[in-house]
Amino acid sequence: MGRQTPLFQLHQELGARIVDFGGWDMPVQYTSQLAEHHAVRRDAGVFDVSHMCVVDLTGERVRAFLQYLLANDVARLATPGKALYSCLLNEAGGILDDLIAYYLTPAWFRLVVNAGTRDKDLAWIGAHAREFAVEVRERSDLAMLAVQGPQARARLAQLLPEAQATQALALGSFVGAQIGHWFIARTGYTGEDGFEVMMPAGDAVSAWRSLNTLGVASCGLGARDTLRLEAGMNLYGQDMDESTHPFESGLAWTVALQDGRRFIGREALEKIRAAGAPRKLVGLLLQDRGVLRGHQKVLVDGSAAGEITSGTFSPTLERSIALARVPAATAGAVQVEIRGKPLSASVVKPPFVRFGRSLLVLE
Amino acid sequence: MSNVPADLKYTRSHEWIRTLADGTLEIGVTDHAQDALGDLVFVEVPEAGRTVKAGEACAVVESVKAASDVYAPVAGEVLAGNAQLAAQPDLVNSQPYGAGWLWRLKPAAGALAGVELLGAADYQKVLEAEAH
Repeated sequence: MGRQTPLFQLHQELGARIVDFGGWDMPVQYTSQLAEHHAVRRDAGVFDVSHMCVVDLTGERVRAFLQYLLANDVARLATPGKALYSCLLNEAGGILDDLIAYYLTPAWFRLVVNAGTRDKDLAWIGAHAREFAVEVRERSDLAMLAVQGPQARARLAQLLPEAQATQALALGSFVGAQIGHWFIARTGYTGEDGFEVMMPAGDAVSAWRSLNTLGVASCGLGARDTLRLEAGMNLYGQDMDESTHPFESGLAWTVALQDGRRFIGREALEKIRAAGAPRKLVGLLLQDRGVLRGHQKVLVDGSAAGEITSGTFSPTLERSIALARVPAATAGAVQVEIRGKPLSASVVKPPFVRFGRSLLVLE
Repeated sequence: MSNVPADLKYTRSHEWIRTLADGTLEIGVTDHAQDALGDLVFVEVPEAGRTVKAGEACAVVESVKAASDVYAPVAGEVLAGNAQLAAQPDLVNSQPYGAGWLWRLKPAAGALAGVELLGAADYQKVLEAEAH
């Protein structure tokens, strides 16, 4: 048995199918993964993401610490509440994890890191924090709900007193704020508008039930995966890991090299950039019938040249899509080997879907 | 509880077998199997004329989550694959024992005698054992 979130019993009551995810017993689906996916694209859905690890960093030099720790530059966070997506790199430029950093006060930042990398991340962050006299505190007292979809913000606001609802609805994209007992952020992992809400663990069950009553669908990790893949968002451990760097993971935009800032992995990344990254992460759209899956071979000019990192059937496009790591020069048409047969696929630029709409031009 | 019709035969790998009036067989996956797979989005069925051995992977059913092989319970010649599933793979979810059939097979001479197919009660026991 794995670790359980404060919502575990409710998931069971709701008939969820439970799977192991990074050492946690998590709901993969309640009724139908497709229905849950469509609920988020068309209306609103709620996900339990309490397994993710929330870490508060405090200290006078916390900003300087994060400027050294992260590949993206927290100096970009000018106003309190603003969030930044970044990779956490090792000295070789390999990706230890991806995370969100929230700037709360000049002496307080909050990170949200992946569940499967928790131990490694806490050890790494803790080891480097000492030099900056930054205190690292895991917030396992908090549950986290992701409420996503075109109606998500309006529904979540209905759980709040009027003044707080107004405050929540006024949050800009990628901004969070402590509103009453909850930290509400306009972030997500689905390609839809919505909130991620960190709340005292004891609030989670009643919040979930109230959202259900308001018509927000319970959604599992299965739908979360198809939604994030349609949105062209990487999954750590699948599309990237310590053996890959941001330039071959579609994440060059998250590496701030412009200034002279010293950060972990910078030297390695500069060398890679100067030489030119030999591989890149692209989107694939299957032209034949079938389903793209992780680890299938990508053939360029007839020979194996790359590999799919994540693949699925896209419920929105009703086509199969994937992320794949391929040689840097790859463009146009490729083939993917599925059960020994080469099938045709097109190289496309992710995201595939955003705000409920296809971003592809399909024939 | 999943549906296990009494008039069908079953395998431990969750295929069902219906004997049609002319002695040919209709094969599909059980209600339990479709439920475990989740929403099906792609089904590949064998072509008519293909000769298959017992235990040979014959069809592929893919849900959003994963791909699974479906095995021939009995040796024989494929008479037809269910062409409707190309456009409507979800028929396997909604009507696993009806419109969601996968292929029809003419069993090879003596083929039925050589394989152990389960009756409904025995298949039910397999499901109960798997649940524990």
